[in-house]
Amino acid sequence: MPKLTLNSTTYDNNKDETVLDTLLSNKVDIPYACKQGLCQSCLIRSPNQTPPTGAQKGLKATQVARNFFLACQCHPSEDMELELDTNESPFVTVNVIKNQKLSQDIIELVISHPDNFHYQPGQFINLRRADGLVRSYSIANCKRSNNSLELHIQKLPNGKFSEWAHLSLKPGDTIDMQGPFGDCFYTQEKKEQPLLLIGTGTGLAPLAGILESALTQGHTGPIHLYHGSRDANGLYLVDKLTALAKKTDNFHYTPCVSGENTLPDFQTARANDKALSDLPDLKGYKIYLCGHPDMVKDSQRKAYLAGASLQQIFADAFTVNV
Amino acid sequence: MSESLFEKLGGEAAVDAAVDIFYRKVLADDRISTFFDGVDMASQAAKQKSFLTMAFGGPNNYTGADLRSGHAHLVKRGLNDSHFDAVVENLGATLTELGVSDELIGEVVAVCEPTRNDILGK
Repeated sequence: MPKLTLNSTTYDNNKDETVLDTLLSNKVDIPYACKQGLCQSCLIRSPNQTPPTGAQKGLKATQVARNFFLACQCHPSEDMELELDTNESPFVTVNVIKNQKLSQDIIELVISHPDNFHYQPGQFINLRRADGLVRSYSIANCKRSNNSLELHIQKLPNGKFSEWAHLSLKPGDTIDMQGPFGDCFYTQEKKEQPLLLIGTGTGLAPLAGILESALTQGHTGPIHLYHGSRDANGLYLVDKLTALAKKTDNFHYTPCVSGENTLPDFQTARANDKALSDLPDLKGYKIYLCGHPDMVKDSQRKAYLAGASLQQIFADAFTVNV
Repeated sequence: MSESLFEKLGGEAAVDAAVDIFYRKVLADDRISTFFDGVDMASQAAKQKSFLTMAFGGPNNYTGADLRSGHAHLVKRGLNDSHFDAVVENLGATLTELGVSDELIGEVVAVCEPTRNDILGK
């Protein structure tokens, strides 16, 4: 009889019981509704065990990759650890490796991660200051030999965490980190599939991670990156991305400025509007949307109406906390 | 035993094929799209799948009370018969696009019709 472990308590999974049945009969408070594998209310994760494929039907490839499954459809054949709320994972203390400016208001903060930290570029982590203040930042790079994580941090007006990170964090300092979280990352089902990446502000961080991940895994389909900001100061990594586009046939980079624009190299438009007018038919595309919540929501809908399948639209909306 | 409507339509695979087309039609339909403003697209898609499974005569746990409470906030915003008809029309157009016969479409519409009063809070 398989055993299910949740928050250090172990439950017996009796014959013919689903994971949901076992948890409910043990009075575990877990959300559920249809019990048919449709509503996805009982979505749960196993950190140590690949769930039976039948329990992952209808989930996104990124959720499947992270061992998410529907508790109501899961008949385990082996012992499983379970995780209801991934926010319960512990913080670990890590080192600051580098703190450098990418533009007037944006730094690249490089920190180290422990050896047993497994992530996908584009996922995010939480950083916690000594006084308990927590902020989330996306991971902009693939795994490096020195275990470094690259984060882009924009200085917000009166931003308690971001101002402190800009001014005070130095190589050798320590900070607490928790994660990784999120479903916005690259998975390769078809390497010739066209990709559309739209980001505003530091929404470029997860997209940079996704881009690197796709290219290192040999993605051959076109990759279109649209990066937008209100003014030219908000665009960064421009030289690097322009150079990459020049030497990479299938990568196309379009920096966009939505406010006043004096630079001929940048498009004067909102990044999402420009992308959707350049690419009116998104059937078959995989799409990543990162940054301002209004942009993300609006683009999700428009991309879907332009023919993209909902299972192929990945979004990370950045809500701002000062 | 004769094949059920759900089986005749092609079961769960048919629901999967229909949901993407159907929800896109609904969101593009100016008569009803405002009711979907600001909703979470992914969770809405899961709901559309539950709805289509029900409409196709498949396994579902819908109760009249669920449908009533689930749509009450929309009834307050003016949801009425014309909107219900528009949704059913989009469902029919979806099935036509997928090559389903008019006879079976008629059966699907007949499955939806009894939910009208609960959805519209009558």
